[in-house]
Amino acid sequence: MYERGLKRSLTLTLFLAPSMIGMGVFVLGPILASLALSFTKWDLLTPPSFVFLDNFAALLRDPEFWSALQHTLTFLVGYVAPVMLLGLLVAVALNTRIPARGALRALYFLPVVSSWVAVALVWKWLLNPSYGLVNNALLGIGITGPAWLFDPAWAMPAVIFTSLWKDIGFVMTILLAGLQGIPPEILEAASIDGATGSQRLWRVVVPLLAPSLFFALTISLINSFQVFDQVYVMTSGGPAGSTSVLIERIVKNAFSYSQMGYAAAMSWVLFGLVFITSYAISKARSRWSL
Amino acid sequence: MIHPTASPRPAPRATKRSRVGWAQLLTTTLVCIGAVGMVIPFLWMLSTSLKPAESVLSVPPQLIPNSPTISAYLEVAQTFPILRVMLNSFVVASAVTFGQLVICSMAGYAFARLRFWGRDALFALYLGTLMVPFAVTMTPLFIIVKNLGWTNSFFGLIIPALFSAFGTFLMRQFFVSIPIELEEAATLDGADTLTIFWRVIVPLSGPALATLGVFAFMASWNNFLWPLLIVSDRQLMTLPLALSTLQGVYPGQTQWNLIMAGAVITVAPMLLIFAFAQRWVVEGVASSGLKG
Repeated sequence: MYERGLKRSLTLTLFLAPSMIGMGVFVLGPILASLALSFTKWDLLTPPSFVFLDNFAALLRDPEFWSALQHTLTFLVGYVAPVMLLGLLVAVALNTRIPARGALRALYFLPVVSSWVAVALVWKWLLNPSYGLVNNALLGIGITGPAWLFDPAWAMPAVIFTSLWKDIGFVMTILLAGLQGIPPEILEAASIDGATGSQRLWRVVVPLLAPSLFFALTISLINSFQVFDQVYVMTSGGPAGSTSVLIERIVKNAFSYSQMGYAAAMSWVLFGLVFITSYAISKARSRWSL
Repeated sequence: MIHPTASPRPAPRATKRSRVGWAQLLTTTLVCIGAVGMVIPFLWMLSTSLKPAESVLSVPPQLIPNSPTISAYLEVAQTFPILRVMLNSFVVASAVTFGQLVICSMAGYAFARLRFWGRDALFALYLGTLMVPFAVTMTPLFIIVKNLGWTNSFFGLIIPALFSAFGTFLMRQFFVSIPIELEEAATLDGADTLTIFWRVIVPLSGPALATLGVFAFMASWNNFLWPLLIVSDRQLMTLPLALSTLQGVYPGQTQWNLIMAGAVITVAPMLLIFAFAQRWVVEGVASSGLKG
Protein backbone atom coordinates (compact mmCIF):
# COMPACT_ATOMS: atom_id res chain seq x y z
CA MET A 1 0.00 0.00 0.00
CA TYR A 2 2.78 2.37 0.90
CA GLU A 3 5.53 0.67 -1.07
CA ARG A 4 7.71 2.61 -3.48
CA GLY A 5 9.62 2.10 -6.73
CA LEU A 6 10.51 -1.38 -7.93
CA LYS A 7 8.90 -3.18 -5.01
CA ARG A 8 5.67 -1.36 -5.71
CA SER A 9 5.73 -2.35 -9.38
CA LEU A 10 6.47 -5.96 -8.48
CA THR A 11 3.61 -6.06 -6.02
CA LEU A 12 1.21 -4.59 -8.53
CA THR A 13 2.33 -7.04 -11.21
CA LEU A 14 1.93 -9.97 -8.84
CA PHE A 15 -1.62 -8.98 -7.90
CA LEU A 16 -2.94 -7.81 -11.23
CA ALA A 17 -0.95 -9.37 -14.08
CA PRO A 18 -2.51 -12.87 -14.01
CA SER A 19 -6.00 -11.41 -14.14
CA MET A 20 -5.16 -8.80 -16.78
CA ILE A 21 -3.41 -11.24 -19.08
CA GLY A 22 -6.22 -13.77 -18.77
CA MET A 23 -8.95 -11.19 -19.25
CA GLY A 24 -7.08 -9.83 -22.26
CA VAL A 25 -6.57 -13.19 -23.96
CA PHE A 26 -9.83 -14.93 -23.09
CA VAL A 27 -12.38 -12.11 -22.72
CA LEU A 28 -11.43 -8.74 -24.15
CA GLY A 29 -9.40 -10.10 -27.06
CA PRO A 30 -12.22 -12.39 -28.20
CA ILE A 31 -14.74 -9.53 -27.95
CA LEU A 32 -12.65 -7.35 -30.27
CA ALA A 33 -11.84 -10.30 -32.53
CA SER A 34 -15.53 -11.11 -32.77
CA LEU A 35 -16.30 -7.57 -33.87
CA ALA A 36 -13.56 -7.76 -36.52
CA LEU A 37 -14.79 -11.20 -37.57
CA SER A 38 -18.29 -9.90 -38.15
CA PHE A 39 -16.93 -7.85 -41.10
CA THR A 40 -15.27 -10.86 -42.70
CA LYS A 41 -16.14 -14.05 -44.46
CA TRP A 42 -14.28 -17.00 -42.98
CA ASP A 43 -14.75 -20.74 -43.32
CA LEU A 44 -11.69 -21.60 -41.14
CA LEU A 45 -10.01 -23.29 -44.14
CA THR A 46 -9.16 -20.36 -46.39
CA PRO A 47 -7.91 -17.01 -45.00
CA PRO A 48 -10.69 -14.62 -43.91
CA SER A 49 -11.68 -11.97 -46.44
CA PHE A 50 -13.00 -8.53 -45.58
CA VAL A 51 -16.60 -8.10 -46.69
CA PHE A 52 -17.56 -5.05 -44.61
CA LEU A 53 -21.32 -5.13 -43.91
CA ASP A 54 -22.21 -8.05 -46.17
CA ASN A 55 -22.86 -10.36 -43.23
CA PHE A 56 -25.32 -7.92 -41.70
CA ALA A 57 -27.01 -7.41 -45.06
CA ALA A 58 -27.25 -11.18 -45.47
CA LEU A 59 -28.83 -11.44 -42.01
CA LEU A 60 -31.65 -9.15 -43.08
CA ARG A 61 -32.45 -11.50 -45.97
CA ASP A 62 -32.06 -14.72 -43.97
CA PRO A 63 -35.49 -16.17 -43.13
CA GLU A 64 -33.91 -18.52 -40.57
CA PHE A 65 -32.49 -15.55 -38.69
CA TRP A 66 -35.86 -13.80 -38.64
CA SER A 67 -37.67 -16.89 -37.43
CA ALA A 68 -35.01 -17.46 -34.75
CA LEU A 69 -35.42 -13.84 -33.67
CA GLN A 70 -39.18 -14.23 -33.63
CA HIS A 71 -38.98 -17.41 -31.52
CA THR A 72 -36.54 -15.75 -29.13
CA LEU A 73 -38.94 -12.84 -28.69
CA THR A 74 -41.86 -15.26 -28.27
CA PHE A 75 -39.91 -16.96 -25.51
CA LEU A 76 -39.10 -13.59 -23.94
CA VAL A 77 -42.71 -12.42 -23.99
CA GLY A 78 -44.06 -15.71 -22.69
CA TYR A 79 -41.43 -16.05 -20.01
CA VAL A 80 -40.53 -12.69 -18.48
CA ALA A 81 -43.90 -11.45 -17.17
CA PRO A 82 -44.96 -14.79 -15.61
CA VAL A 83 -41.57 -15.44 -14.02
CA MET A 84 -41.58 -11.97 -12.49
CA LEU A 85 -45.18 -12.21 -11.27
CA LEU A 86 -44.90 -15.74 -9.88
CA GLY A 87 -41.51 -14.99 -8.36
CA LEU A 88 -42.98 -11.91 -6.67
CA LEU A 89 -46.00 -13.76 -5.30
CA VAL A 90 -43.92 -16.62 -3.94
CA ALA A 91 -41.42 -14.17 -2.42
CA VAL A 92 -44.17 -12.16 -0.74
CA ALA A 93 -45.89 -15.30 0.54
CA LEU A 94 -42.64 -16.73 1.86
CA ASN A 95 -41.73 -13.47 3.55
CA THR A 96 -44.69 -13.81 5.92
CA ARG A 97 -44.61 -15.86 9.06
CA ILE A 98 -45.82 -19.23 7.86
CA PRO A 99 -44.79 -22.67 9.05
CA ALA A 100 -41.76 -24.32 7.40
CA ARG A 101 -40.94 -21.12 5.56
CA GLY A 102 -37.25 -21.96 5.26
CA ALA A 103 -37.97 -25.42 3.87
CA LEU A 104 -40.44 -24.00 1.33
CA ARG A 105 -37.88 -21.44 0.15
CA ALA A 106 -35.32 -24.21 -0.23
CA LEU A 107 -37.75 -26.29 -2.32
CA TYR A 108 -38.34 -23.43 -4.74
CA PHE A 109 -34.59 -23.02 -4.99
CA LEU A 110 -33.83 -26.67 -5.90
CA PRO A 111 -34.28 -26.21 -9.68
CA VAL A 112 -32.03 -23.12 -9.61
CA VAL A 113 -28.97 -25.12 -8.57
CA SER A 114 -29.72 -28.01 -10.93
CA SER A 115 -28.05 -28.42 -14.31
CA TRP A 116 -30.19 -27.18 -17.21
CA VAL A 117 -29.41 -30.34 -19.16
CA ALA A 118 -30.75 -32.55 -16.37
CA VAL A 119 -33.83 -30.35 -15.86
CA ALA A 120 -34.56 -30.27 -19.60
CA LEU A 121 -34.32 -34.07 -19.83
CA VAL A 122 -36.55 -34.58 -16.80
CA TRP A 123 -39.20 -32.33 -18.34
CA LYS A 124 -38.81 -33.98 -21.72
CA TRP A 125 -39.68 -37.21 -19.97
CA LEU A 126 -42.49 -35.64 -17.91
CA LEU A 127 -43.96 -34.22 -21.13
CA ASN A 128 -43.66 -37.47 -23.08
CA PRO A 129 -46.98 -37.65 -24.99
CA SER A 130 -47.91 -41.26 -24.13
CA TYR A 131 -45.90 -42.27 -21.07
CA GLY A 132 -45.16 -38.95 -19.38
CA LEU A 133 -46.55 -37.98 -16.01
CA VAL A 134 -48.13 -34.77 -17.30
CA ASN A 135 -50.36 -36.25 -19.98
CA ASN A 136 -51.30 -39.20 -17.77
CA ALA A 137 -52.30 -36.78 -15.02
CA LEU A 138 -54.33 -34.76 -17.55
CA LEU A 139 -55.96 -37.98 -18.73
CA GLY A 140 -56.95 -38.64 -15.14
CA ILE A 141 -59.11 -35.50 -15.20
CA GLY A 142 -60.45 -36.25 -18.65
CA ILE A 143 -58.16 -34.12 -20.83
CA THR A 144 -56.15 -35.54 -23.70
CA GLY A 145 -52.88 -33.62 -23.54
CA PRO A 146 -51.05 -32.40 -26.66
CA ALA A 147 -47.87 -33.98 -28.00
CA TRP A 148 -45.93 -31.10 -26.38
CA LEU A 149 -42.37 -31.14 -27.74
CA PHE A 150 -43.48 -33.03 -30.85
CA ASP A 151 -46.15 -30.48 -31.73
CA PRO A 152 -44.95 -27.22 -33.36
CA ALA A 153 -47.75 -25.31 -31.64
CA TRP A 154 -46.96 -26.67 -28.15
CA ALA A 155 -43.17 -27.03 -28.19
CA MET A 156 -42.41 -23.38 -27.34
CA PRO A 157 -45.04 -23.17 -24.58
CA ALA A 158 -43.52 -26.34 -23.10
CA VAL A 159 -40.01 -24.84 -23.20
CA ILE A 160 -41.35 -21.65 -21.59
CA PHE A 161 -43.17 -23.59 -18.88
CA THR A 162 -40.04 -25.58 -18.07
CA SER A 163 -38.02 -22.36 -17.87
CA LEU A 164 -40.60 -20.84 -15.51
CA TRP A 165 -40.38 -23.91 -13.30
CA LYS A 166 -36.60 -23.60 -13.18
CA ASP A 167 -36.33 -19.84 -12.63
CA ILE A 168 -39.18 -18.88 -10.26
CA GLY A 169 -36.87 -19.69 -7.36
CA PHE A 170 -34.22 -17.39 -8.78
CA VAL A 171 -36.55 -14.38 -9.01
CA MET A 172 -37.95 -15.27 -5.58
CA THR A 173 -34.44 -15.20 -4.12
CA ILE A 174 -33.61 -11.75 -5.48
CA LEU A 175 -36.96 -10.32 -4.39
CA LEU A 176 -36.75 -11.88 -0.91
CA ALA A 177 -33.47 -10.04 -0.42
CA GLY A 178 -35.28 -6.82 -1.30
CA LEU A 179 -38.33 -7.62 0.84
CA GLN A 180 -36.17 -8.20 3.89
CA GLY A 181 -34.96 -4.63 3.54
CA ILE A 182 -38.47 -3.20 3.89
CA PRO A 183 -39.09 -2.16 7.51
CA PRO A 184 -42.19 -3.94 8.89
CA GLU A 185 -43.28 -0.65 10.53
CA ILE A 186 -44.18 0.72 7.10
CA LEU A 187 -46.53 -2.19 6.44
CA GLU A 188 -48.02 -1.90 9.92
CA ALA A 189 -48.62 1.80 9.33
CA ALA A 190 -50.38 0.97 6.05
CA SER A 191 -52.55 -1.60 7.85
CA ILE A 192 -53.48 0.87 10.55
CA ASP A 193 -54.47 3.34 7.83
CA GLY A 194 -56.86 0.67 6.55
CA ALA A 195 -54.97 -0.70 3.54
CA THR A 196 -56.07 -4.18 2.48
CA GLY A 197 -53.62 -6.99 1.76
CA SER A 198 -53.56 -6.40 -1.98
CA GLN A 199 -53.35 -2.63 -1.56
CA ARG A 200 -50.36 -3.07 0.68
CA LEU A 201 -48.75 -5.38 -1.89
CA TRP A 202 -49.25 -3.19 -4.97
CA ARG A 203 -49.13 0.29 -3.39
CA VAL A 204 -46.52 -0.18 -0.67
CA VAL A 205 -44.39 -3.29 -1.18
CA VAL A 206 -43.94 -3.16 -4.97
CA PRO A 207 -42.78 0.49 -5.12
CA LEU A 208 -40.36 -0.09 -2.24
CA LEU A 209 -39.13 -3.21 -3.99
CA ALA A 210 -38.42 -1.38 -7.26
CA PRO A 211 -34.61 -1.80 -7.20
CA SER A 212 -34.86 -5.58 -6.74
CA LEU A 213 -37.65 -5.82 -9.30
CA PHE A 214 -35.61 -3.92 -11.87
CA PHE A 215 -32.59 -6.12 -11.18
CA ALA A 216 -34.59 -9.34 -11.57
CA LEU A 217 -36.31 -7.95 -14.68
CA THR A 218 -33.02 -7.01 -16.32
CA ILE A 219 -31.49 -10.42 -15.64
CA SER A 220 -34.62 -12.23 -16.86
CA LEU A 221 -34.67 -10.25 -20.09
CA ILE A 222 -30.95 -10.71 -20.74
CA ASN A 223 -31.21 -14.43 -20.05
CA SER A 224 -34.25 -14.70 -22.35
CA PHE A 225 -32.30 -13.29 -25.29
CA GLN A 226 -29.67 -15.94 -24.59
CA VAL A 227 -32.01 -18.92 -24.14
CA PHE A 228 -30.17 -22.01 -25.38
CA ASP A 229 -29.50 -25.02 -23.10
CA GLN A 230 -33.14 -26.00 -22.60
CA VAL A 231 -33.95 -25.57 -26.30
CA TYR A 232 -30.91 -27.56 -27.41
CA VAL A 233 -31.72 -30.48 -25.13
CA MET A 234 -35.52 -30.51 -25.33
CA THR A 235 -36.11 -29.83 -29.04
CA SER A 236 -32.81 -28.91 -30.79
CA GLY A 237 -34.84 -26.14 -32.40
CA GLY A 238 -37.62 -28.40 -33.69
CA PRO A 239 -40.15 -29.63 -34.43
CA ALA A 240 -40.17 -28.05 -37.89
CA GLY A 241 -37.88 -25.27 -36.64
CA SER A 242 -40.61 -24.02 -34.30
CA THR A 243 -38.21 -23.42 -31.39
CA SER A 244 -35.04 -22.31 -33.17
CA VAL A 245 -33.55 -19.40 -31.20
CA LEU A 246 -30.71 -16.93 -31.76
CA ILE A 247 -27.89 -18.64 -29.86
CA GLU A 248 -28.79 -21.95 -31.42
CA ARG A 249 -28.53 -20.31 -34.89
CA ILE A 250 -25.16 -18.76 -33.95
CA VAL A 251 -23.79 -22.11 -32.78
CA LYS A 252 -25.12 -23.84 -35.92
CA ASN A 253 -23.63 -21.24 -38.27
CA ALA A 254 -20.26 -21.19 -36.53
CA PHE A 255 -19.74 -24.84 -35.76
CA SER A 256 -21.87 -26.78 -38.24
CA TYR A 257 -21.68 -24.56 -41.35
CA SER A 258 -18.25 -23.01 -40.55
CA GLN A 259 -19.55 -19.51 -41.28
CA MET A 260 -17.51 -17.79 -38.61
CA GLY A 261 -18.02 -14.22 -39.84
CA TYR A 262 -21.75 -14.67 -40.28
CA ALA A 263 -22.09 -16.20 -36.80
CA ALA A 264 -20.08 -13.33 -35.32
CA ALA A 265 -22.34 -10.78 -37.04
CA MET A 266 -25.39 -12.52 -35.60
CA SER A 267 -23.85 -12.48 -32.13
CA TRP A 268 -23.37 -8.71 -32.38
CA VAL A 269 -27.00 -8.27 -33.32
CA LEU A 270 -27.83 -10.28 -30.19
CA PHE A 271 -25.50 -8.07 -28.15
CA GLY A 272 -27.19 -5.00 -29.63
CA LEU A 273 -30.60 -6.27 -28.52
CA VAL A 274 -29.29 -7.02 -25.02
CA PHE A 275 -27.64 -3.61 -24.81
CA ILE A 276 -30.68 -1.67 -25.97
CA THR A 277 -32.92 -3.57 -23.56
CA SER A 278 -30.62 -2.99 -20.58
CA TYR A 279 -30.31 0.67 -21.51
CA ALA A 280 -34.09 1.08 -21.83
CA ILE A 281 -34.63 -0.52 -18.43
CA SER A 282 -32.05 1.69 -16.74
CA LYS A 283 -33.76 4.74 -18.32
CA ALA A 284 -37.16 3.53 -17.15
CA ARG A 285 -35.71 2.96 -13.72
CA SER A 286 -34.28 6.45 -13.39
CA ARG A 287 -37.66 7.85 -14.45
CA TRP A 288 -39.40 5.67 -11.84
CA SER A 289 -37.30 6.96 -8.97
CA LEU A 290 -37.26 10.52 -10.44
CA MET B 1 -28.16 -11.00 2.10
CA ILE B 2 -30.68 -13.79 2.56
CA HIS B 3 -30.66 -16.63 4.95
CA PRO B 4 -33.42 -18.96 3.80
CA THR B 5 -33.65 -20.90 7.04
CA ALA B 6 -33.38 -18.10 9.54
CA SER B 7 -35.99 -15.42 10.11
CA PRO B 8 -34.08 -12.15 10.17
CA ARG B 9 -36.89 -10.07 11.58
CA PRO B 10 -40.48 -10.63 12.67
CA ALA B 11 -42.77 -11.04 9.69
CA PRO B 12 -45.00 -8.05 8.98
CA ARG B 13 -48.41 -9.68 8.78
CA ALA B 14 -48.60 -10.84 12.38
CA THR B 15 -51.09 -8.14 13.34
CA LYS B 16 -54.79 -8.07 12.46
CA ARG B 17 -54.93 -11.83 12.16
CA SER B 18 -58.70 -11.97 11.65
CA ARG B 19 -58.67 -9.74 8.56
CA VAL B 20 -55.77 -11.33 6.76
CA GLY B 21 -56.56 -14.89 7.87
CA TRP B 22 -58.31 -16.03 4.71
CA ALA B 23 -55.93 -14.35 2.29
CA GLN B 24 -53.00 -15.79 4.16
CA LEU B 25 -54.52 -19.25 4.19
CA LEU B 26 -55.08 -19.03 0.43
CA THR B 27 -51.54 -17.84 -0.40
CA THR B 28 -50.04 -20.40 1.94
CA THR B 29 -52.02 -23.16 0.27
CA LEU B 30 -51.00 -21.99 -3.21
CA VAL B 31 -47.35 -21.71 -2.23
CA CYS B 32 -47.45 -25.21 -0.76
CA ILE B 33 -49.02 -26.58 -3.94
CA GLY B 34 -46.30 -24.81 -5.91
CA ALA B 35 -43.64 -26.33 -3.68
CA VAL B 36 -45.08 -29.80 -4.35
CA GLY B 37 -44.83 -28.93 -8.05
CA MET B 38 -41.17 -28.10 -7.51
CA VAL B 39 -40.45 -31.46 -5.91
CA ILE B 40 -42.46 -33.85 -8.10
CA PRO B 41 -40.12 -33.66 -11.12
CA PHE B 42 -37.17 -34.53 -8.87
CA LEU B 43 -39.04 -37.47 -7.35
CA TRP B 44 -40.15 -38.62 -10.80
CA MET B 45 -36.53 -38.45 -11.96
CA LEU B 46 -35.40 -40.54 -9.00
CA SER B 47 -38.31 -42.96 -9.29
CA THR B 48 -37.73 -43.56 -13.01
CA SER B 49 -34.01 -44.11 -12.44
CA LEU B 50 -34.84 -46.89 -9.97
CA LYS B 51 -37.11 -48.81 -12.35
CA PRO B 52 -36.15 -51.82 -14.42
CA ALA B 53 -36.42 -51.20 -18.17
CA GLU B 54 -39.69 -53.11 -18.55
CA SER B 55 -41.70 -51.03 -16.08
CA VAL B 56 -40.56 -47.59 -17.25
CA LEU B 57 -43.26 -47.26 -19.86
CA SER B 58 -46.14 -48.63 -17.80
CA VAL B 59 -49.49 -46.88 -18.12
CA PRO B 60 -50.65 -45.49 -15.76
CA PRO B 61 -47.17 -44.56 -14.52
CA GLN B 62 -45.99 -46.05 -11.23
CA LEU B 63 -45.04 -43.21 -8.94
CA ILE B 64 -43.19 -45.56 -6.62
CA PRO B 65 -41.35 -48.39 -8.39
CA ASN B 66 -42.81 -51.83 -7.56
CA SER B 67 -39.40 -53.41 -7.50
CA PRO B 68 -36.76 -50.69 -7.16
CA THR B 69 -33.41 -51.60 -8.62
CA ILE B 70 -30.14 -49.85 -9.30
CA SER B 71 -29.74 -51.72 -12.58
CA ALA B 72 -30.11 -48.49 -14.57
CA TYR B 73 -27.12 -46.97 -12.77
CA LEU B 74 -25.07 -50.11 -13.38
CA GLU B 75 -25.99 -50.15 -17.04
CA VAL B 76 -25.05 -46.49 -17.49
CA ALA B 77 -21.73 -47.23 -15.80
CA GLN B 78 -21.11 -50.18 -18.12
CA THR B 79 -22.01 -48.46 -21.37
CA PHE B 80 -20.62 -45.01 -20.65
CA PRO B 81 -17.48 -43.90 -18.76
CA ILE B 82 -19.72 -42.15 -16.27
CA LEU B 83 -17.33 -42.43 -13.32
CA ARG B 84 -14.57 -40.87 -15.38
CA VAL B 85 -17.01 -38.12 -16.44
CA MET B 86 -17.93 -37.46 -12.80
CA LEU B 87 -14.27 -37.20 -11.92
CA ASN B 88 -13.77 -34.79 -14.84
CA SER B 89 -16.56 -32.58 -13.55
CA PHE B 90 -15.04 -32.55 -10.06
CA VAL B 91 -11.53 -31.82 -11.33
CA VAL B 92 -12.65 -29.04 -13.69
CA ALA B 93 -15.03 -27.38 -11.21
CA SER B 94 -12.49 -27.58 -8.36
CA ALA B 95 -9.65 -26.18 -10.48
CA VAL B 96 -11.83 -23.36 -11.81
CA THR B 97 -13.02 -22.53 -8.30
CA PHE B 98 -9.55 -22.52 -6.79
CA GLY B 99 -8.11 -20.51 -9.66
CA GLN B 100 -10.89 -17.94 -9.59
CA LEU B 101 -10.56 -17.51 -5.82
CA VAL B 102 -6.84 -16.74 -6.12
CA ILE B 103 -6.90 -14.66 -9.32
CA CYS B 104 -10.09 -12.71 -8.61
CA SER B 105 -9.26 -11.96 -5.00
CA MET B 106 -5.76 -10.70 -5.86
CA ALA B 107 -7.02 -8.57 -8.74
CA GLY B 108 -9.94 -7.42 -6.61
CA TYR B 109 -7.51 -6.34 -3.92
CA ALA B 110 -5.46 -4.39 -6.46
CA PHE B 111 -8.60 -2.58 -7.63
CA ALA B 112 -9.71 -1.94 -4.05
CA ARG B 113 -6.50 -0.80 -2.40
CA LEU B 114 -3.47 -0.39 -4.67
CA ARG B 115 -3.00 2.93 -6.42
CA PHE B 116 -1.93 2.87 -10.02
CA TRP B 117 -2.43 4.80 -13.22
CA GLY B 118 -5.67 4.01 -15.07
CA ARG B 119 -7.10 1.89 -12.27
CA ASP B 120 -10.67 3.12 -12.47
CA ALA B 121 -10.74 3.00 -16.27
CA LEU B 122 -9.45 -0.59 -16.19
CA PHE B 123 -12.04 -1.56 -13.61
CA ALA B 124 -14.77 0.02 -15.74
CA LEU B 125 -13.50 -2.05 -18.68
CA TYR B 126 -13.78 -5.23 -16.56
CA LEU B 127 -17.35 -4.32 -15.65
CA GLY B 128 -18.16 -3.53 -19.27
CA THR B 129 -17.28 -7.08 -20.32
CA LEU B 130 -20.00 -8.37 -17.99
CA MET B 131 -22.62 -7.02 -20.40
CA VAL B 132 -21.30 -8.95 -23.39
CA PRO B 133 -23.13 -12.24 -24.03
CA PHE B 134 -21.00 -15.37 -24.19
CA ALA B 135 -22.24 -15.88 -27.75
CA VAL B 136 -20.11 -12.90 -28.82
CA THR B 137 -16.81 -14.23 -27.45
CA MET B 138 -17.61 -17.86 -28.17
CA THR B 139 -16.38 -18.03 -31.78
CA PRO B 140 -12.95 -16.33 -31.35
CA LEU B 141 -12.48 -18.11 -28.03
CA PHE B 142 -13.01 -21.41 -29.77
CA ILE B 143 -10.44 -20.50 -32.43
CA ILE B 144 -7.89 -19.45 -29.78
CA VAL B 145 -8.39 -22.63 -27.78
CA LYS B 146 -8.21 -24.75 -30.91
CA ASN B 147 -4.95 -23.12 -31.99
CA LEU B 148 -3.50 -23.70 -28.53
CA GLY B 149 -4.34 -27.38 -29.00
CA TRP B 150 -6.68 -27.28 -26.02
CA THR B 151 -9.77 -28.87 -27.52
CA ASN B 152 -10.55 -32.19 -25.86
CA SER B 153 -8.31 -31.27 -22.93
CA PHE B 154 -8.64 -30.10 -19.35
CA PHE B 155 -6.74 -26.94 -20.30
CA GLY B 156 -9.52 -25.85 -22.63
CA LEU B 157 -12.17 -26.57 -20.00
CA ILE B 158 -10.34 -24.89 -17.13
CA ILE B 159 -8.09 -22.04 -18.24
CA PRO B 160 -10.54 -19.75 -20.08
CA ALA B 161 -12.90 -20.08 -17.09
CA LEU B 162 -10.33 -18.86 -14.56
CA PHE B 163 -10.76 -15.18 -15.38
CA SER B 164 -13.98 -13.68 -14.14
CA ALA B 165 -14.90 -10.01 -14.20
CA PHE B 166 -17.83 -10.86 -11.94
CA GLY B 167 -15.57 -12.53 -9.37
CA THR B 168 -13.14 -9.61 -9.44
CA PHE B 169 -16.02 -7.20 -8.93
CA LEU B 170 -17.46 -9.24 -6.05
CA MET B 171 -14.13 -9.42 -4.23
CA ARG B 172 -13.31 -5.76 -4.85
CA GLN B 173 -16.64 -4.65 -3.37
CA PHE B 174 -15.97 -6.76 -0.30
CA PHE B 175 -12.41 -5.49 0.21
CA VAL B 176 -13.54 -1.87 -0.08
CA SER B 177 -15.88 -2.47 2.86
CA ILE B 178 -13.07 -3.64 5.17
CA PRO B 179 -11.86 -0.80 7.48
CA ILE B 180 -8.51 0.36 6.15
CA GLU B 181 -7.15 0.91 9.69
CA LEU B 182 -6.32 -2.80 9.94
CA GLU B 183 -4.03 -2.59 6.95
CA GLU B 184 -2.50 0.66 8.16
CA ALA B 185 -1.68 -0.91 11.50
CA ALA B 186 -0.06 -3.88 9.76
CA THR B 187 1.95 -1.50 7.57
CA LEU B 188 3.27 0.27 10.66
CA ASP B 189 4.35 -3.13 11.97
CA GLY B 190 6.46 -3.45 8.82
CA ALA B 191 4.31 -5.86 6.80
CA ASP B 192 4.43 -5.60 3.01
CA THR B 193 1.37 -5.74 0.75
CA LEU B 194 1.54 -9.46 0.08
CA THR B 195 1.82 -10.26 3.79
CA ILE B 196 -1.06 -7.94 4.59
CA PHE B 197 -3.17 -9.61 1.89
CA TRP B 198 -2.53 -13.15 3.12
CA ARG B 199 -2.38 -12.51 6.86
CA VAL B 200 -4.93 -9.75 7.35
CA ILE B 201 -7.30 -9.57 4.40
CA VAL B 202 -7.82 -13.20 3.39
CA PRO B 203 -8.68 -14.37 6.94
CA LEU B 204 -11.34 -11.65 7.07
CA SER B 205 -12.80 -12.57 3.69
CA GLY B 206 -14.40 -15.92 4.47
CA PRO B 207 -17.95 -14.89 3.51
CA ALA B 208 -16.95 -13.31 0.20
CA LEU B 209 -14.65 -16.19 -0.72
CA ALA B 210 -17.32 -18.73 0.17
CA THR B 211 -19.91 -16.90 -1.94
CA LEU B 212 -17.61 -16.67 -4.96
CA GLY B 213 -16.31 -20.20 -4.47
CA VAL B 214 -19.72 -21.84 -4.35
CA PHE B 215 -20.91 -19.76 -7.29
CA ALA B 216 -17.86 -20.58 -9.42
CA PHE B 217 -18.15 -24.28 -8.63
CA MET B 218 -21.83 -24.34 -9.50
CA ALA B 219 -21.39 -22.39 -12.73
CA SER B 220 -18.58 -24.68 -13.83
CA TRP B 221 -20.43 -27.86 -12.82
CA ASN B 222 -23.56 -26.86 -14.73
CA ASN B 223 -21.84 -25.29 -17.74
CA PHE B 224 -22.99 -26.89 -20.95
CA LEU B 225 -22.36 -24.73 -24.01
CA TRP B 226 -18.57 -24.39 -23.71
CA PRO B 227 -17.84 -28.12 -23.13
CA LEU B 228 -20.24 -28.84 -25.99
CA LEU B 229 -18.08 -26.73 -28.31
CA ILE B 230 -14.63 -28.01 -27.39
CA VAL B 231 -15.07 -31.60 -26.17
CA SER B 232 -16.10 -34.55 -28.32
CA ASP B 233 -14.07 -37.27 -26.57
CA ARG B 234 -16.21 -39.14 -24.05
CA GLN B 235 -13.24 -39.54 -21.74
CA LEU B 236 -13.03 -35.76 -21.32
CA MET B 237 -16.70 -34.84 -21.10
CA THR B 238 -18.22 -33.18 -18.06
CA LEU B 239 -21.54 -34.37 -16.64
CA PRO B 240 -24.06 -32.09 -18.44
CA LEU B 241 -22.42 -32.72 -21.81
CA ALA B 242 -22.24 -36.47 -21.21
CA LEU B 243 -25.87 -36.45 -20.09
CA SER B 244 -26.96 -34.64 -23.24
CA THR B 245 -25.25 -37.27 -25.41
CA LEU B 246 -26.76 -40.13 -23.41
CA GLN B 247 -29.97 -39.86 -25.44
CA GLY B 248 -28.10 -40.95 -28.55
CA VAL B 249 -26.02 -43.71 -26.96
CA TYR B 250 -28.72 -46.35 -26.78
CA PRO B 251 -30.31 -47.32 -30.07
CA GLY B 252 -34.05 -47.58 -30.50
CA GLN B 253 -36.58 -46.17 -28.07
CA THR B 254 -35.23 -43.70 -25.50
CA GLN B 255 -34.39 -45.59 -22.32
CA TRP B 256 -35.64 -43.12 -19.77
CA ASN B 257 -34.50 -45.07 -16.71
CA LEU B 258 -30.89 -44.80 -17.93
CA ILE B 259 -31.19 -41.10 -18.78
CA MET B 260 -32.84 -40.33 -15.45
CA ALA B 261 -30.03 -42.22 -13.69
CA GLY B 262 -27.61 -39.91 -15.50
CA ALA B 263 -29.69 -36.90 -14.47
CA VAL B 264 -29.63 -38.00 -10.81
CA ILE B 265 -25.84 -38.37 -10.97
CA THR B 266 -25.55 -34.87 -12.48
CA VAL B 267 -27.93 -33.11 -10.09
CA ALA B 268 -27.22 -34.90 -6.80
CA PRO B 269 -23.80 -33.35 -6.05
CA MET B 270 -25.20 -29.83 -6.51
CA LEU B 271 -28.18 -30.62 -4.29
CA LEU B 272 -25.78 -31.95 -1.65
CA ILE B 273 -23.71 -28.77 -1.81
CA PHE B 274 -26.92 -26.78 -1.55
CA ALA B 275 -27.98 -28.75 1.51
CA PHE B 276 -24.70 -28.10 3.29
CA ALA B 277 -23.86 -24.61 2.07
CA GLN B 278 -27.34 -23.22 1.51
CA ARG B 279 -26.49 -19.72 2.62
CA TRP B 280 -23.50 -19.31 0.28
CA VAL B 281 -25.31 -20.86 -2.68
CA VAL B 282 -28.23 -18.47 -2.27
CA GLU B 283 -25.94 -15.47 -1.88
CA GLY B 284 -23.82 -16.44 -4.84
CA VAL B 285 -26.86 -16.77 -7.08
CA ALA B 286 -28.57 -13.66 -5.73
CA SER B 287 -25.52 -11.47 -6.19
CA SER B 288 -24.85 -12.50 -9.76
CA GLY B 289 -27.81 -13.62 -11.75
CA LEU B 290 -25.55 -14.14 -14.73
CA LYS B 291 -25.75 -17.32 -16.66
CA GLY B 292 -22.00 -17.68 -17.02
